Amino acid sequence: MLEVRNLKVAYSGIQALRGVSLDVAKGETVALIGPNGAGKSSLLNTISGIVRPEAGSVTMDGADLTGMRPWGVTNAGILQVPESRKVFSEMTVLENLSVGKTALHGRAADYDLSDVFKVFPILEDRRNQRAGSLSGGQQQMLVIGRALMGGPRLLLLDEPSLGLAPVIIAQVFEALAALKTQGLTILLVEQNAHLALSASDRAYVMEQGKIVKSGDSAALAEDPEITALYLGQA
Amino acid sequence: MLAQQLLNGLVVSGVYALFSLGFTLVFGIQRILNLAHGAVFMTGAMVAYYTVDGGGPLWLGFILAIVVSGLLSVLVEIICFRRLRKTGDEEFGGVVSSIGAGLVITTIAQQVSNTQILRFPFETFPVVIFRFWDLRVSMLQLFMAGAAIVMVLILGYLFYKTAFGRRVRAVTDNEHAAMLMGINPNRIYSQTYFLAGALAGAAGVLVGLAFNSISFVMGDPYLMFGFAIIILGGLGSIPGALLASVVFGMVQTLTIAYLPSGLTDTIIFAALFLILLIRPHGLLGQEDAGNLGGRR
Repeated sequence: MLEVRNLKVAYSGIQALRGVSLDVAKGETVALIGPNGAGKSSLLNTISGIVRPEAGSVTMDGADLTGMRPWGVTNAGILQVPESRKVFSEMTVLENLSVGKTALHGRAADYDLSDVFKVFPILEDRRNQRAGSLSGGQQQMLVIGRALMGGPRLLLLDEPSLGLAPVIIAQVFEALAALKTQGLTILLVEQNAHLALSASDRAYVMEQGKIVKSGDSAALAEDPEITALYLGQA
Repeated sequence: MLAQQLLNGLVVSGVYALFSLGFTLVFGIQRILNLAHGAVFMTGAMVAYYTVDGGGPLWLGFILAIVVSGLLSVLVEIICFRRLRKTGDEEFGGVVSSIGAGLVITTIAQQVSNTQILRFPFETFPVVIFRFWDLRVSMLQLFMAGAAIVMVLILGYLFYKTAFGRRVRAVTDNEHAAMLMGINPNRIYSQTYFLAGALAGAAGVLVGLAFNSISFVMGDPYLMFGFAIIILGGLGSIPGALLASVVFGMVQTLTIAYLPSGLTDTIIFAALFLILLIRPHGLLGQEDAGNLGGRR
């Protein structure tokens, strides 16, 4: 479904991505793990069209998205849930969800309000509340819900567990697992490697702007190098 | 007498509201002070004058003024701010470039008007005075108040009740997240500047009619008052700008009526300082609104 080939990105001379290639097939959950500053968020932002690549290509079902602006990328059905949540804090929960529909650009919606409320019932209870007044976990649910309203064929998630309590993380990942069962394709960026590997089918390991390892998540979780570096078990 | 002055003050407030709403709208969304806003306001009055002068009806002049001012405002955004935004210099660079754009527009208007004060022909707006109880209200005042109220209501509806308004507020809140939701911020900026310019242009026509005096420098005091109003209301706050417009319009009208006229500005700006001492973020301002670019 998504094909990234030899993607190179530099910010004012500093190379953030040094030739990254990866694939995501329909229905898969693919994790991207690696240390802080490895270029994981840069990769997502390049796919989303926020950052323009120097070289390489991004295609979605054969359509070339390389260098396309973010609104074009959302129109192709790639929706990103950004890092550190970024709700529209002065707007209500309902209004936030409604803004998500912009990404449809006239396409048919795969998820409507009642679907989102089914995945995250708490959002229905809080629907008229200011998004800025929600807890961190509720905000994370809201930004995922907002992206769902945009009719994602591929959902990019940037560090959804960041700064959340373990109980809340479990809730969020349960919801993601439910969405996966319904057929949603997910590319998940996580620093928490253990969590990412347990929630995904396949994974890529990224270091200093390059993919250094890839494979089945279950196999990577057993890989001695990975366990030593990322899972904290020497 | 007091009731009469309060009524006059309300009409003045409406004009201030039209002017400062656009000013605060632009500040809210981009954290930019568009100092060409006064020149856009003046352009509205000029367009209406030359339409009438050329034999056109006033309603046509009014519509043309709104459209031309709106488009001019969009042009100011594209020329003055869009490129600076790419380099991240829009806060202070934008102040300078919009002063420049204001000067260019004002100078063109000076050439076109030959540095003259222009006046609408007699009875361009029918002079009809209504009296009830002790109050005298002209049809022009009713029209001004009505136009201001209608435009504020339309803006409020657009802003708070439509998908367009939600997109504008989304970009205001978090441009990055808005882009990820498929919103093109540049398009939102153009639309916002059009609205801001259109409101300013409408205010220009109303002021031109009310004082029957149109000149290339007529935007300057309004720019200063507009600036004070959006600070008083709370930078970027629409309800704040409305409230502050009423406060300003009332204080100004009442001081002119009851005190020596030279004191008006002194009292207005002293009141501004006094209110800001008590409420540093303005009447309805957010804590972080004074922090330029703080919400990015």
